[in-house]
Amino acid sequence: MSDSTVISEGALAEGHHEHPPYQRHHFESVAQQFDATNFAMWLFLLTEIMFFGGLFMAYLLMRNWYYQAFVEGSHHLSIFWGTSNTAVLITSSFTMAMGVWCAQTRRKAGLVLCLVLTFILGIMFLCIKGIEWHGEWVDHHVPGLRFTDSDFINPALDADVYHEYHDRAMAPDAANKTEMYFFLYFAMTGMHALHMVIGISILVFMIFQATRGAYTEGHFTFVENFGLYWHFVDIIWIFLFPLLYLVSRHA
Amino acid sequence: MSATIVSLPDQSTARIPKMNFLSKENGLLSWLLTGDHKRIATLYLISITFFFFIGGALAGLIRLELLTPQSDLMAADTYNKVFTMHGLIMIFFFLVPSVPATIGNFVIPMMVGAKDLALPKINLLSWYLYIAAGGLMLYTMMIGGVDTGWTFTTPLSTHYLNTNVVPAGLAVFIAGFSSIFTGLNFIVTIHKMRCPGMTWFRLPLFIWSNYAASILMVLGTPVLAITLVLVVLERTVHIGVFDPKLGGDPLLFQHLFWFYSHPAVYIMILPGMGVISEVISTFSRKRVFGYTAVAFSSVAIAVFAFFVWAHHMFIMGISNYAALVFSLLTMLVAVPSAIKIFNWSFTLYKGSITFETPMLYSIGFLGLFTIGGMTGVFLGATGTDIHLTETYFVVAHFHFVMVGGMLMAFLSGIHFWWPKWTGRMYPEKLSQFAAVTTYIGFNLTFFPQFILGTLGMPRRYAAYPPEFQVLNVFSTAGATVLGVGYLLPVLYLTWSLKYGQIAGNNPWQATGLEWQTQSPPLTENFAEIPIMDHEAYDYEWLERQQAKEVASVG
Repeated sequence: MSDSTVISEGALAEGHHEHPPYQRHHFESVAQQFDATNFAMWLFLLTEIMFFGGLFMAYLLMRNWYYQAFVEGSHHLSIFWGTSNTAVLITSSFTMAMGVWCAQTRRKAGLVLCLVLTFILGIMFLCIKGIEWHGEWVDHHVPGLRFTDSDFINPALDADVYHEYHDRAMAPDAANKTEMYFFLYFAMTGMHALHMVIGISILVFMIFQATRGAYTEGHFTFVENFGLYWHFVDIIWIFLFPLLYLVSRHA
Repeated sequence: MSATIVSLPDQSTARIPKMNFLSKENGLLSWLLTGDHKRIATLYLISITFFFFIGGALAGLIRLELLTPQSDLMAADTYNKVFTMHGLIMIFFFLVPSVPATIGNFVIPMMVGAKDLALPKINLLSWYLYIAAGGLMLYTMMIGGVDTGWTFTTPLSTHYLNTNVVPAGLAVFIAGFSSIFTGLNFIVTIHKMRCPGMTWFRLPLFIWSNYAASILMVLGTPVLAITLVLVVLERTVHIGVFDPKLGGDPLLFQHLFWFYSHPAVYIMILPGMGVISEVISTFSRKRVFGYTAVAFSSVAIAVFAFFVWAHHMFIMGISNYAALVFSLLTMLVAVPSAIKIFNWSFTLYKGSITFETPMLYSIGFLGLFTIGGMTGVFLGATGTDIHLTETYFVVAHFHFVMVGGMLMAFLSGIHFWWPKWTGRMYPEKLSQFAAVTTYIGFNLTFFPQFILGTLGMPRRYAAYPPEFQVLNVFSTAGATVLGVGYLLPVLYLTWSLKYGQIAGNNPWQATGLEWQTQSPPLTENFAEIPIMDHEAYDYEWLERQQAKEVASVG
């Protein structure tokens, strides 16, 4: 009930003032508009959690069923690129947070700089992801399109990985379950990358708007809500990275 | 019998207000680019009516085929496609958006005293997504349809069938996002857009039930979306998360699918329950008995909804212990549902009841939903479920809830708010006739299916043993009557747009804020933002208000 009193007080306080141009006609006050759109963004992120939740559920079940295939499958991911990507993404979250701060404190140049940096880091993430996917393509680890489980039946075939982890050979019916691992790997990182692409597209639009001063005149809701989205995509990666790369990193 | 609460303005002088949301702007673009929740609701009303009649025509074909024991009207695989398309269209393109996206869209902002939903553009986007999804579904139907059943059961849908699973799955995926955006918009509006004085416990119960349904939409639908993505990937890339032949788990699909699709039945019924609360209160001139209990029972249904999904899987090899727990939890849902039914009955008790059309539909709802709900308890009990599952008993059960419950509630709501929506009344006697026809037709169609189910007639087959024919003929005859019952409202409601009597602001003497403004309302709903200074369903407040008006005019 507290939020209703806030709104009614807001309505009374703002009722007699001129509305700023960015206040939509159906809101009683700027505070209400900010509150409502911000709340909507949080709710949307909640649906996103449920959306990814289905994939995480599938991953947990399959990992339990086909433990060895998932362990040895994960040995073929590049920990170097995965870690670099994590660093890139966390840095981009920092520049995004700085961008929100710049918008709030009406620093136009700072905002544009932060958004451009975020954009560059986002592109960098996708490039690194592309390098990794290319590696899987070369290694015949793309399920459905180009896949062979021979280097799981005979781990010595992949000398680098074998040297590092000394994976045991799997029987063919266990080894072909690595295809499931790589399928979930591609489905989860792919769905994450799709969210990155959407985010980057919105960033382009925002950079254009920011250079025209759209967010630094006191109306920073859009930047703030986009920031929430960007951090959310970051957090998804923070869960994907250990689950796909790290959890089975023991020789 | 002639008692009525309808009070219309003097027809010789009354006019539809010149300025209203329908007349404000003209032209197709003013509709296609509108942000006005009332116009979007109108767009939705037209679209879902279109899909309802496509789904209804398919239902007619099913009943015609089942008139005779042989599969003679169509081949068995055509029949499979027909019932699949019937299910998909009715569920995702009629029932899920029916009350929320049309009636809810229209009245929720007015009920909370706001000018619009919190996110008008998202609201419009939700309609476009609905249309895109609907178009894709029609395209699927034209290129040959899909025959998995609406449940997309794996590995049937991913491995064994060669029909258009991918476009159908994508259509449902897109429709899901339309429904997510509607639910999200409602939650934000109800939290953040209430007018001064509108506390949570002054909200009409229609708001509470739509709020509960919106939570289900927002939390459940994305799980269905990702599940369908996996089904589509499995068909296109041939990697089986769900196909046991490829190492996948078909039970995982069932868990993920029903995690949405069981709450979805509450998405379909809860908003209807909200309509019933409004209508029963208005036509018995009493505050809804036990307002708080009814409000919280909606929330309780939403919470329980997420913990009962495995009752769709009792025969699928889940563990006995899981079955026991889910059976118990399923029966718990009967408690909040019964709270609602009992409270509505107590509202009627000693009320000044009149039988206008919305009330007739609502009373029909009470009876049919009770039967539908009680038979749900039979199905929730593991022993009887194993006997009755995949029989016509299940078909009858969910049609009693969905058609007898939700469709009755939808029609009740459409008749109730029609005067507000269009500013005109529909022909009363004809609509009462339609309500009674629907009730009779419905019972004739679906009651025999309970008997068929207990006798063991399986669902989803085009042919059946000849001894079941008598009951099937009853059912098909009933479907014909039901068809007339549904066609009539379309005809006379359209007629009323031009020739109906002028309704005035508040023909039903109802208390909701939406009735305190002109009909049809202004684009911004109210001349000035109302201040809520009384409880919901306060008929004495309304009387004082009217007395004040008479005094000031006189």
